[in-house]
Amino acid sequence: MRIGDAKQTYVADEAIWTTSTQKFWFSILLLGLLIFPLLANSYLLYLGCLVGIAVISTTGLNILTGFTGLISLGQAGFMGVGAYTVAWLSTNTGLPFPITLLLAGLMAAAVGFLVGLPSLRVKGLYLAIATLAASVFLHFIFAEWESVTGGMEGLSLEPAHLFGVTFRSDFAMYFLIVPLAVLAVLAARNLFRTRIGRAFIAIRDRDISAEILGIPLLRYKLMSFALSSFYAGVAGGLFAYFYRVVTPESFPLTMSIFYLAAVIVGGMGNLLGGILGAAFMTLVPEALKLLTAALTPFFPNAPVFMSPMLEIIFGALIVGFLIFEPHGLAEIWRRVRRFFHLWPFRS
Amino acid sequence: MNILEIDQLSLSFGGVKALEDVSLRVPKDTITTIIGPNGAGKTSLFNCISGFYKPQQGRITYQGKPLDGLRPPKRAGLGLARTFQNIALFRGMTVLDNIKLGAHVHMKTGLLGSLVYFGRARREEMAVREEVERRIIDFLEIDHIRRQPVANLPYGLQKRVELARALAMKPEVLMLDEPVAGMNREEKEDMARFILDIREEWGITILMVEHDMGMVMDISDHIAVLNFGKVIAEGDPGTVQKNPDVIKAYLGNSDIESLRRKLNPNREAA
Ligand SMILES: Nc1ncnc2c1ncn2[C@@H]1O[C@H](COP(=O)(O)OP(=O)(O)OP(=O)(O)O)[C@@H](O)[C@H]1O
Ligand SMILES: [Mg+2]
Repeated sequence: MRIGDAKQTYVADEAIWTTSTQKFWFSILLLGLLIFPLLANSYLLYLGCLVGIAVISTTGLNILTGFTGLISLGQAGFMGVGAYTVAWLSTNTGLPFPITLLLAGLMAAAVGFLVGLPSLRVKGLYLAIATLAASVFLHFIFAEWESVTGGMEGLSLEPAHLFGVTFRSDFAMYFLIVPLAVLAVLAARNLFRTRIGRAFIAIRDRDISAEILGIPLLRYKLMSFALSSFYAGVAGGLFAYFYRVVTPESFPLTMSIFYLAAVIVGGMGNLLGGILGAAFMTLVPEALKLLTAALTPFFPNAPVFMSPMLEIIFGALIVGFLIFEPHGLAEIWRRVRRFFHLWPFRS
Repeated sequence: MNILEIDQLSLSFGGVKALEDVSLRVPKDTITTIIGPNGAGKTSLFNCISGFYKPQQGRITYQGKPLDGLRPPKRAGLGLARTFQNIALFRGMTVLDNIKLGAHVHMKTGLLGSLVYFGRARREEMAVREEVERRIIDFLEIDHIRRQPVANLPYGLQKRVELARALAMKPEVLMLDEPVAGMNREEKEDMARFILDIREEWGITILMVEHDMGMVMDISDHIAVLNFGKVIAEGDPGTVQKNPDVIKAYLGNSDIESLRRKLNPNREAA
């Protein structure tokens, strides 16, 4: 049972963690993230990195779709822009990763800004189609602008480096990706307790009222597009450093759908939901693969039977979520927490 | 001095003439009320002033400058605030966040500051919080609900929160579209008191649309009567009440609702 504190000052009341219990759990989480790579085997490390990248990109898309109410199927395209920017810069300029990642984010933000331009006029499915078109167009550029992108062959790159330290192994990459993911989520958390974030939510909930309060819709929608794409660009840049090869097929259209699904499964407009959604979407397919492997000794033709089934099971899981928990994983998490808060008194 | 002047405004939707040659003066520091039967064009007039509807003819002058061509957010920035006939709050947000949104135009934090939430960005948020608490939440007596999502609140309180949000804009002119519709007597009296205080203590000019004749006659300084998109009478409450055209407008049409309102102004809302 946790007892609420009386809030002494507005500063304390407006803080992210208003109770010591919350601070405690956040410290535990950070500690866990720190210890994890020391205990994890290479496979788990690899998964940890993938989840980290997915968290950054999903948080970005959540800002746009979950909080500002603008559907986008361009996320993979924006990640591609970031990945190619990093690949090109590190090969041609040798700049260290803080700069290449920043530029990757900015480049993606600029592209996102342009893609967002129709958003004043079109909404919902039409916007989805417009961003889809942008995504196809970006894919075309990745494949055809050979002098820069290397065409279908793509680009390969050296590992990330800074001050002579290189990030070659998954272990090292983990310490690049996860802190950035934590920062990305914290920054988004800050955003939604200040003026700009509130304006995004206002636009999502009721754009007429937003205008009457002096919020110019186009400027804020473009800001949301740019910020969301910035996140995608950084995630894409990390993706490039992680795999050290970038091809047009690294960022297929299904990847955009993957991120949209992560936002929806996690819980739209909920940052924690975005994290859970990203983890769910990354880990469940892996878990299904492991399940297949575990079944093989008993049913020798399990792989033959299971591999086409994986996608179907995965899809069914997502649909099941949408039906039984439309508010996503975040809602399930909230119920679990509530149970423990009230625990000895009510269950 | 007139803070707002409307000159020969005409607005039609297809064949429907919502406003026809409407002229109206809103003297500074007054409570000016627009009355008229349902469908007379009152809300449409508000929408023209806010910038949502573009009148085909006429002009609106605010503080001596024409508003033509300005988008709604620009007009809000100039000091025009309003509430809506059917409450337009952000239902998922808390009362506090709704009110803070009202202060949006007076805040400066940019995107980067918002992400970092440090130094100036943080100080600005705190200053707004402090001001909202002191000047608005206390004044409107909504301390107890500040953390609640708006969607859970009873109708009367939602109207009050919408007023709070408009006040956070620190407007020069506050437009209220049916501020006491659907309220019980006690809530109406509170609202009337708030409106008078806002005019007195905050020095905000009020332009109001209201059907409750008891309240309108009590607190208005100046009344304009709209009927079928035209202004048929204008003046202080006493003059307007006696005007034969006004009585005819209310009695002469078959609009039962406004007739009942007219005959029994202090009726409690069902
Ligand atoms: N967006 C619109 N499209 C078409 N017709 C409209 C629109 N807005 C208003 N009208 C029409 O304009 C006329 C005036 O409507 P308005 O809402 O301004 O009346 P009102 O005086 O506010 O009435 P009430 O007392 O019922 O609120 C009505 O005939 C209405 O149908
Ligand atoms: Mg109306």
